Amino acid sequence: MTPEQEIELRRRQRSRSRVTAILLGLFVVLMFAITMAKMLINQ
Amino acid sequence: MTTIPVPLAQPLPADWRDLLALTKPRVMSLVVFTGLCGLIAAPGAINPVLGFTAVLCIALGAGAAGALNQWYESDIDALMKRTANRPLPAGRMTRQTALHFGVGLSVFSVVLMQLATNTVAAAWLAVSILFYVFVYTVWLKRRTAQNIVIGGAAGAFPPLIGWAAATGDVTALPALLFTIILLWTPPHFWALSLFVRTDYAKAGVPMLPVVAGIASTRRHVLLYTLPMIAASVAPWAMGLTGWIYGGTAVTLNAIFLGLAIAVSLNTASEPAGMAPEKRLFKYSILYLFVLFASLVADRLILA
Repeated sequence: MTPEQEIELRRRQRSRSRVTAILLGLFVVLMFAITMAKMLINQ
Repeated sequence: MTTIPVPLAQPLPADWRDLLALTKPRVMSLVVFTGLCGLIAAPGAINPVLGFTAVLCIALGAGAAGALNQWYESDIDALMKRTANRPLPAGRMTRQTALHFGVGLSVFSVVLMQLATNTVAAAWLAVSILFYVFVYTVWLKRRTAQNIVIGGAAGAFPPLIGWAAATGDVTALPALLFTIILLWTPPHFWALSLFVRTDYAKAGVPMLPVVAGIASTRRHVLLYTLPMIAASVAPWAMGLTGWIYGGTAVTLNAIFLGLAIAVSLNTASEPAGMAPEKRLFKYSILYLFVLFASLVADRLILA
């Protein structure tokens, strides 16, 4: 792997990690909101 | 921190933007909109969080189906100018990545739909994904010129799913909304396929203009417009909607019919002379947006 490819690989890994972290965070918030909404409906 | 050396044979991981492109975001906008309209038009009120989640699941399901479609069709996508720059034919992603992404997203969207809303909506979402992938992409698309007549059902599910998410069942109105999109798809796609037919011919996809010729396709556009008009006026004629939807549907259909007649009268065989086809294609997108928006307006204002 050339140095340029290595740099590109790390760049993609970093950006994918960032996007995955954001999506996971949003998923946690969504699951919390769904749970709250379901509890509200059942009350 | 130490850097782990990467073997030369290992391909670069896909960029997240390419994974996003795999979901066909532009197609998704119409899917999300019609799904949202089905949800809002349904009687009763759904909790906003659950409603949002239902629409999100419809979008994710559509994206998953799009990804699996691109996974299966990467060979013919490479042959068409319109699709050659997609992540798979352009070599920016491995087929395995696309397959894993599509299957994972499909399962996730259906499970989330079940958790947030109900089994009926989740089941319809699963059916829509399976229909698009297996019936349209794998079975029909490369085999018959009628591919989009039956395959159009795949894009017709969202309002049905939205309605099911809000109510837990499917009644006459969502079934009619399904029928409208089902019957709208042939004139919409055939108008497009008329001016990109060389692309389809090159890829060996048996679209109607390739198999039956240009004149026959133009006749088909006009013929299939008639049942579409009947279906889109039916909700009003059956008393399921009010005058806002009825008036809008009649007006939109009159224009659609005019444009379809213009297509049927056109004799040009080169894309440069196909202005009526291009006009009908663009208008058909607007038609569906406005028709469904009028349904929502009708329910919100007159209910």
